[in-house]
Amino acid sequence: MNKQRRNVLKTCSGAALMSLLAAAGIIAPGIALAEWNKAAFDAKSMADTLKALGAGTPADSKDVQVTGPDIAENGAVVPVGVSSTLPNVTMVAILIEKNPNALAASFTLPEGTEANVQTRVKMGQTSNVYALVKSDGKFFMATKEIKVTLGGCGG
Amino acid sequence: MSMNRREFLQVLAVASAGGMALHSELALAEQAAAKMYELPRYGNVSLLHITDCHAQLLPIYFREPNVNLGFGDQFGKVPHLVGEALLRHFDLKPNTLDAHAFTYLNFDQAAQTYGKVGGFAHLATLVKRIKSSRPGALLLDGGDTWQGSGTALWTNAQDMVDACKALGVDIMTLHWEATYGEARVKEIEEKDFAGKIDIVAQNIKTTDFGDPVFKAYVIRNINGVPVAIIGQAFPYTPIANPRWQVPNWSYGIQEENMQKTVEEARAAGAQVVVVLSHNGMDVDLKMASRVRGIDAIMGGHTHDGVPAPVVVKNAGGQTLVTNAGSNGKFLGVLDFDVRNGKVADFRYKLLPVFARLLPANKEMQALVDKARAPHLSKLNEKLAVTEGLLFRRGNFNGTFDQLILDALIKVKDAEIAFSPGFRWGTSLLPGQPILMEHLLDQTAITYPWTTVTNMSGEMIKTVLEDVCDNLFNADPYYQQGGDMVRVGGLQYTCDPTARMGNRIQDMMLKGRPIDPKKTYKVAGWAPVSEEAKNAGEPVWEVVASYLRDLKTVRPVRLNLPTLKGVGRNPGMSA
Repeated sequence: MNKQRRNVLKTCSGAALMSLLAAAGIIAPGIALAEWNKAAFDAKSMADTLKALGAGTPADSKDVQVTGPDIAENGAVVPVGVSSTLPNVTMVAILIEKNPNALAASFTLPEGTEANVQTRVKMGQTSNVYALVKSDGKFFMATKEIKVTLGGCGG
Repeated sequence: MSMNRREFLQVLAVASAGGMALHSELALAEQAAAKMYELPRYGNVSLLHITDCHAQLLPIYFREPNVNLGFGDQFGKVPHLVGEALLRHFDLKPNTLDAHAFTYLNFDQAAQTYGKVGGFAHLATLVKRIKSSRPGALLLDGGDTWQGSGTALWTNAQDMVDACKALGVDIMTLHWEATYGEARVKEIEEKDFAGKIDIVAQNIKTTDFGDPVFKAYVIRNINGVPVAIIGQAFPYTPIANPRWQVPNWSYGIQEENMQKTVEEARAAGAQVVVVLSHNGMDVDLKMASRVRGIDAIMGGHTHDGVPAPVVVKNAGGQTLVTNAGSNGKFLGVLDFDVRNGKVADFRYKLLPVFARLLPANKEMQALVDKARAPHLSKLNEKLAVTEGLLFRRGNFNGTFDQLILDALIKVKDAEIAFSPGFRWGTSLLPGQPILMEHLLDQTAITYPWTTVTNMSGEMIKTVLEDVCDNLFNADPYYQQGGDMVRVGGLQYTCDPTARMGNRIQDMMLKGRPIDPKKTYKVAGWAPVSEEAKNAGEPVWEVVASYLRDLKTVRPVRLNLPTLKGVGRNPGMSA
């Protein structure tokens, strides 16, 4: 099963795979182009990003979980996930406080979608990683520190 | 000096009778020795545990640290106790076999008296003895088994793989094993270990889809009781060791997946759940406080010889946390009394393996001798004689590391030298020859290359801060379990209680402050980046040539940082 899945991905070029998935109705064409918020992605600091997203000062929430490694294995591809049990989540964003541009990813969720996203982000240095969630029109946040180290010198 | 057991016991008797006793307790050594390995059976489920032997097939000397600091929640807590503080905490008497096994106290003399520790032939005798009184007992190996000697390196771990099979290891987990590369680990798992030894690791997944690389756990039936052993490999292998050696494997602590795995094992019928861990003890203690349903975490990595388990309360009840030292020096024995489907009570003993008190197992000795035979001429090259004690273990420096630093500075004509804060590496007593084998015990790794780098003062500080945070971060999940990078040439002040970025202060070189903008010539070894492959000759060549010239190594002066904020910490004694 796993080997098969891996072979499909290896033998299909990216474009071919995408059209295959599109043909199978798994992804709708044009979905990736929805609502690009240029101002938010161009913003440098956390505060400016939150402003551009219209998030104001979001409340910390225990119902938002941000997952990721405690120490990144490779700062160029850090796996980060956000999930939430809050109702009617329409947007999920990932912000890296110490990155040159804080906003790393923004997801628009169609109605009825489970709020659970996974992606890879790039991190230049140790930083707090914030998960921002819009639920019933209000913004909530959770945070986790992810360390980026030089490596070496282990046990 | 080699004595058999009878001769050794005679010497002990004569020494005490003649008033030349090292300790007043010495006369009791024989009785103590006989009693030490008589461990009455308890309960119905027994697990034997070795960890971090670092490929030491023969008996060796190993000095426990006199600096093993803990701060914040870890201040003064196990395992951050050394010397007399450790003896007091565990109610051990000074000047006894136990005191020698678990502390650095009076090390030179006590080591002369009691002799070497470990060795697979002696360990095999002990394992057999304990197993014979405990039917169905499993032997668990916590990893760091395949690396740490010349023969392990030259045979691509084959000598250790064969020795572990002969010892009767049932289940193991991993750390340094991975530095032989993914393909070699899988080859051993699928060929040598097939049907004999299970490798378990719930926290190693493929980098692409997150598929498991090894079994997360196995369930074994011990006297009618289903027992799950979950594997926890060293979470920071691709960070502390070269990423390029395990490019397709992703690690991490994976606490949520650990909880899921525990529940899965319980659902599959396990009445006892034990984690075989290479987290390091501080990480194990934190994990035990947060994950429910684990009866014991049997740990390694931080090389802490901990005489009794720490009992950690959590939402699901309690979890025992043990750590079984290093270099083949100890065998942990955990006995559970399992009644009505759960653990009712336990007994634990960490047995020191004194080679003179345990006759060598003949088959194992023959296997070890055969593995070593083709390499003896290289191993036995005498490089120099040491006048002082050589050791590595300790938070900031060790005398053998100082020797490596001195060699790097001299041979590479550098101003500053760095040597990694590894915790493996054996000890040599004053007067002992330094053989090539001993040098390899400190340096045998699959990425041994030396480097010479022009580094700015600012970069030097960044490096020191980075490593210091891996050691002293207040949150154990952000610690990597090694010691501080050893530093030659450069003096500095260290405040372990400060935040990252402020711990390293007053960096000086030959009496002058380090200029952040200026460039310095820095020698080092064990680079983790792929670009540094084959950078310079292996470090043992550099140190060997230095030692051959030196012939006699005078007692080494340790370059230690000035410490701030440490105060009266039971994790340190002078």
